[in-house]
Amino acid sequence: MHPIIEISRLSKTYASGFKALEAVDLDIRRGEIFALLGPNGAGKTTLISIVCGLVTPTSGQVTVGGHDIIRGYRAARSLIGLVPQELTTDAFETVLATVSFSRGLFGKSPDPTYIEKVLRDLSLWDKRHNKLLMLSGGMKRRVLIAKALSHEPRILFLDEPTAGVDVELRRDMWNLVRKLRDNGVTIILTTHYIEEAEEMADRIGVISQGRLILVEDKQTLMHKLGRKQLTLQLEAPLDRIPDGLAAHKLELAGDGHELVFTYETQGERTGILPLLQDLREAGIGFRDLQTTQSSLEDIFVSLVRNGR
Amino acid sequence: MNLNSVRAIYLFEMHRTRRTLLQSIFAPVITTSLYFVVFGAAIGARIPEIEGVSYGAFIVPGLVMLTLLTQSVSNASFGIFFPKFSRTIYEVLSAPISHFEIVVSYVGAAATKSVIVGLIILATAGLFVPLHVEHPLWMLLFLLLTSITFSLFGFVLGIWADNFEKLQLVPLLVITPLTFLGGSFYSISMLPPFWQTVTLFNPVVYLVSGFRWSFYGIADVHIGVSIAMTFFFLAVFAAIAAWMFKTGYRLKP
Repeated sequence: MHPIIEISRLSKTYASGFKALEAVDLDIRRGEIFALLGPNGAGKTTLISIVCGLVTPTSGQVTVGGHDIIRGYRAARSLIGLVPQELTTDAFETVLATVSFSRGLFGKSPDPTYIEKVLRDLSLWDKRHNKLLMLSGGMKRRVLIAKALSHEPRILFLDEPTAGVDVELRRDMWNLVRKLRDNGVTIILTTHYIEEAEEMADRIGVISQGRLILVEDKQTLMHKLGRKQLTLQLEAPLDRIPDGLAAHKLELAGDGHELVFTYETQGERTGILPLLQDLREAGIGFRDLQTTQSSLEDIFVSLVRNGR
Repeated sequence: MNLNSVRAIYLFEMHRTRRTLLQSIFAPVITTSLYFVVFGAAIGARIPEIEGVSYGAFIVPGLVMLTLLTQSVSNASFGIFFPKFSRTIYEVLSAPISHFEIVVSYVGAAATKSVIVGLIILATAGLFVPLHVEHPLWMLLFLLLTSITFSLFGFVLGIWADNFEKLQLVPLLVITPLTFLGGSFYSISMLPPFWQTVTLFNPVVYLVSGFRWSFYGIADVHIGVSIAMTFFFLAVFAAIAAWMFKTGYRLKP
């Protein structure tokens, strides 16, 4: 199926000369949950802001649902709901008024039944007559989500949705996002919490210093994640791996002082026992052993550190 | 035209006016009433008639104009400055709405409020001096046109201002002096010839003169010139607003 968002060669240089994005190419698939990971200042918010029309791109092209975001801005923007990172609300308005306003602003005729459903889904219905300045931070976050959903968008952007949010709201939010996805809404969230991406996303993109350095299915990443390494400190160094051990996935390291065995934790058999038996038969002794697991966090940190 | 969006912003702004009824409607009415008491009744009684109009009645168009200008500018500038300041503007900028529609909604709401305040002041003035409107339709046209033009100016000002000080400064240092020196309280013909010429560079002269003509049929400059100048100001402010949106000036990085 045609991607719902197509971003090609997108660059943004701010007036200050700061290069926020450099030639980013990205396709978002219809109906997926896409997590954009990256450290602060990597360009996540700039990317979202360009797609939503808040920032003017320096070069490159973006289409949303097949509509160019500049030439076809009306059609493109009416598909999008945006939950910004900052808690920006009109202090003196009531919850119901501000959410109804958002629906009208996005060109939809009033629908009190739908607004009620959104507010109930977000546990805001009881507070609908409260002024926004009376609400807690978590409640304001819910209001921002309700505003974004008020006009029934097909694409939802969540910019750091769980920054500074308590556990309960985070869980509620995750449930809501899944429910939206089941209704066919495409969701793009930015986060620097790796667990969040792991928990929620179908695909993960990593952005650093304005460059998209990795886009991969979460399953593929988890597969890498599911690999462990067993390192054996040998009593005597080896020149090469003995023929009797060729059947095992082994590598020599540390000038022949270490044998590294890579295995899948998810497999039924890890292959450690046969390896140890074969080692004994080959007469290879070891002083110590250790296992390591590469986490998404390790992958992420090394990617970000190495740039591209 | 995306009517739902325009209506949403317009009603939101009008709702803000209702919420602040005391300061947005009553305050200007009370201030203007004080002018009538002091200039119209107390001092005005000792001032001779100007071109056959009593002084109290003579200043009515100028006073309404003074209120229209200050109210339009302050209301429209605050209407767009505040969302910019509180950053809630992100929602309007990300909505499927054109620049023209944004301007129509915000300026329309601000101008509506100015017209309401202007009419209330006019009614109040009727309590102090005998009112006489020779050309009611022209009067309404001027009322409407001035409100729209200066609400548009306020809108431009609100986008330009990046702090509260600048927002206050322009009405205080530009609008009020220009109105006082623009013939609100006197006829230009009372000035020495040199100052009569200087005054013609004050845009407010054309507004006050035209507005007064619609009341009493007396004017400092020809009515045609007044109307042409008002449309000229409207075009200038519209061009600035269009340029601001086109370049994203202080709205979109």
